Amino acid sequence: MVHARKGKPPRVGDNIVFRRSLLGIVLVLVALMIVAPLVVIAVEAFSRGAVYFAESIADPDTRHAILLTVITALIAVPINTAFGVAAAWAITKHDFRGKRLLTVIIELPFSVSPIVAGVAYLFVYGLQGLFGPVLQSMEIKILFALPGIVLASMFVTAPFVARELIPLMQAQGRDLEEAATSLGASGWRTFFSVTLPNIKWALLYGVVLCNSRVMGEFGAVSVVSGNIRGQTNTLPLHIELLYHDYNAAGSFAAASILACLAIVTLVVKVALERQGAGRVQRPAALAGADSIIPETKP
Amino acid sequence: MKIRLDNVVKEFETFRAVHGVSLDIESGELVALLGPSGSGKTTILRMVAGLEYADAGAIYFGDENATDIPVRERGVGFVFQHYALFPHMTVGENIAFGMKVSKVKRSPQAIAERVKELLDLVQLSGLKDRFPGQISGGQRQRVALARALAVDPRVLLLDEPFGALDANVRRDLRRWLRKIHDELGITTLFVTHDQEEALDLADRVVILNKGKIVQEGTPEAVCRNPADAFVMNFLGDANKLDADIRGGKAYVDAVAFDAEGVPDGSGQILFRPADVSWREQGQGIAAKILRVIDRPDSRRVLAMTGSGQAVEFDTAPEFPYRKGEEGFINIRRPRVYAAA
Amino acid sequence: MRRRVLPGLPLALGITLVYVAIIVVLPLAALVFKAASLGPADYWRIISSDRAFASYRVTVLCALAATVFNLLFGMALAWVLVRYRFPGRRLVDALVDLPFALPTAVAGIALTTLFATNGWFGAPLSLLGIKVAYTPLGIIVAMSFTSIPFIVRTVQPVLEELDPALEEAGQTLGASDLSIFVGVILPLLTPALLAGVSLSFARSLGEFGAIIFIAGNQPFSTEITALLAFIRLEEYDYPASAAIASVMLLTAFVMLAITNLMQARALRYTVRG
Repeated sequence: MVHARKGKPPRVGDNIVFRRSLLGIVLVLVALMIVAPLVVIAVEAFSRGAVYFAESIADPDTRHAILLTVITALIAVPINTAFGVAAAWAITKHDFRGKRLLTVIIELPFSVSPIVAGVAYLFVYGLQGLFGPVLQSMEIKILFALPGIVLASMFVTAPFVARELIPLMQAQGRDLEEAATSLGASGWRTFFSVTLPNIKWALLYGVVLCNSRVMGEFGAVSVVSGNIRGQTNTLPLHIELLYHDYNAAGSFAAASILACLAIVTLVVKVALERQGAGRVQRPAALAGADSIIPETKP
Repeated sequence: MKIRLDNVVKEFETFRAVHGVSLDIESGELVALLGPSGSGKTTILRMVAGLEYADAGAIYFGDENATDIPVRERGVGFVFQHYALFPHMTVGENIAFGMKVSKVKRSPQAIAERVKELLDLVQLSGLKDRFPGQISGGQRQRVALARALAVDPRVLLLDEPFGALDANVRRDLRRWLRKIHDELGITTLFVTHDQEEALDLADRVVILNKGKIVQEGTPEAVCRNPADAFVMNFLGDANKLDADIRGGKAYVDAVAFDAEGVPDGSGQILFRPADVSWREQGQGIAAKILRVIDRPDSRRVLAMTGSGQAVEFDTAPEFPYRKGEEGFINIRRPRVYAAA
Repeated sequence: MRRRVLPGLPLALGITLVYVAIIVVLPLAALVFKAASLGPADYWRIISSDRAFASYRVTVLCALAATVFNLLFGMALAWVLVRYRFPGRRLVDALVDLPFALPTAVAGIALTTLFATNGWFGAPLSLLGIKVAYTPLGIIVAMSFTSIPFIVRTVQPVLEELDPALEEAGQTLGASDLSIFVGVILPLLTPALLAGVSLSFARSLGEFGAIIFIAGNQPFSTEITALLAFIRLEEYDYPASAAIASVMLLTAFVMLAITNLMQARALRYTVRG
């Protein structure tokens, strides 16, 4: 007697009716909640035609907003990256007291609302704040100017690079670095020729996500920038301004630039995940402040 | 419950395939499926359980064709290689799970009593409220067995039951499992890659290679009469010498061995290291000692025959000969096979 | 402790501490200091004003609703991505992160346009008598959108790593799909679900950009707490802004503590069985 069957026995949830229904519901929701907002941006951006779209992008205020956003990213992202690498090196390759507290503080900005961050900066550099009067007497402008925007952006993205590197470097241990230094390599040499090649994808991953957040940050920057058109308006703030000016098409044209940036970020992210970045730490990195210290294996 | 596999086939893209296996397991028998990794033994076990579909062939439980019975209705107790205990349930809850989800409703008291009974059986009475993460490997193994037995299975299936344990725990548990089996009399099929385990535990050993049964029989039968060179090698250390076979005799360096029924042509002689004796003079295959290795209860001698073939054999610790000395080896119980 | 061998600690730790001190600790400390300088009576008056209270209510209730929705949707999405193979699965997997990658202001205007009464979704919904934009429903939509990835991305890896033998063990013991899901799979996903839920909830409480466009921002009905802090600032009422922001900061700390506590509790048995 010969039977012919195909595939594997059903697992939990493989029932055909259940499976199709669930898949159908989920895909419809993804289309409605995630895809539709993307599509509406494109449609609205071109709602008054390609010419108007081009004019909107070419508008001096919009161009200034783009420039400001790019400059902010060019300052904030490299500093943030240097910090992330330094923090990861200190935390994973050395032992010192207060390490756990330090990791909690580094992850803190994830839990803090951007508005709270913006307000907090006001009380440091604003006229009402700690250094406000001193800064004013020295005629240094931090708030409602580029430095404030950069600082607020650095706050909200402080954990981005470090949280990609820490779990990975923790998992990789210290053996390679110890081998290199025992062979006489200097600290810098060890870092560049031993550590960096092993973390490059994770590092790039962190940098890409950090950049995406810096360019798109709204709440914190909105508090500290002062929203001066053509001067301290970053692209997200400019989008708001145009939107409230009832210039929906112009607003969406500007928004489409950031939407493209988001798509590019996702594509790069997927490509980097294929290289193994963002995998080890994915659950832990999202799971709360101190969980970037990996669980000890039983 | 008698189990019968009738020409069961399972194709995989990569390995673990099963190419037409037929096997009868008598009611109450304890049978070992023995083979190297990739020999298809676990696949056979999973097909009996219903965790894998057979591509062709049939599996009978008694007279009933069980091939298409879904796993959850098949009534098998399965002990997984890494036990698959539910980590969020206590030992007691793990054992009770099958009874709680059963269509046959039992009162909580009845379940609690049965759990206690099973814990006594597997000698873990004190650990009812521990989590699997809090007990040792050997204890987990016994919990897994108790959980499988709780649903009164028709057949007990165990996948590498001792694979993850230390050597001495393994030996104790082996004897203990045999005892439980003898008490309960449940038809039991287990998979192992460890020949010692199979020989120690099973009534009957089924040896598999590349998805096919190469030999089945009692431990005595397979040990004393290995069907081919693979079985001979797999069951333990073996020396192998190339031989010419002519007219029912196998010749190694002009020494003749009985080879009745083996076809003429090239062949090999296999023998255990313990089945060799060394003589300074006289008959045998000429050889030279290369090295002598001391062991607590014996000496292992590494030698090379006149035609350059390596031979290893065990001798008494008093073996007086040393590296470089020449002599003759005599082989007891040689087994002659045609070249594969 | 073993001897320190690797170089670079003073430099690396120095950079880290300076950065953390200036960028993270200093502003938060300044905020707390400012709020503390108010005095208990004033502080309490500000944070318990009717308008503030109404903002807490709408923020918390909407965040709860959004989180419950995301719990179900996120779990279903993670399940579908891990357990089923279908064309476009990788694309859907990548799209899950879009709400993180898309700037909140962009999400805000897009959602508002979709759900406005003349929008693609708003028009048919308004025929049914459902108004989304400029109502609490709109806040829920914006909160859901921005926190979709949390639950998916916390549950997905756990579901992927779930030992298939556990389900098979359930099957050999005669359990139905439902019994296995409820009795075995769900409890094992619980730590991840709790983590995802608390992250999603915390994010919703603090979200600003995506919400203010769609919310309508009417005091006492659709004004979220983050916006109130912002409005007080624009009114140059700095003490009030500091007080309200400090409430949000405190809430964030409490959420963080709860997240870690719940995870620690839920993980207590997960030494591999």
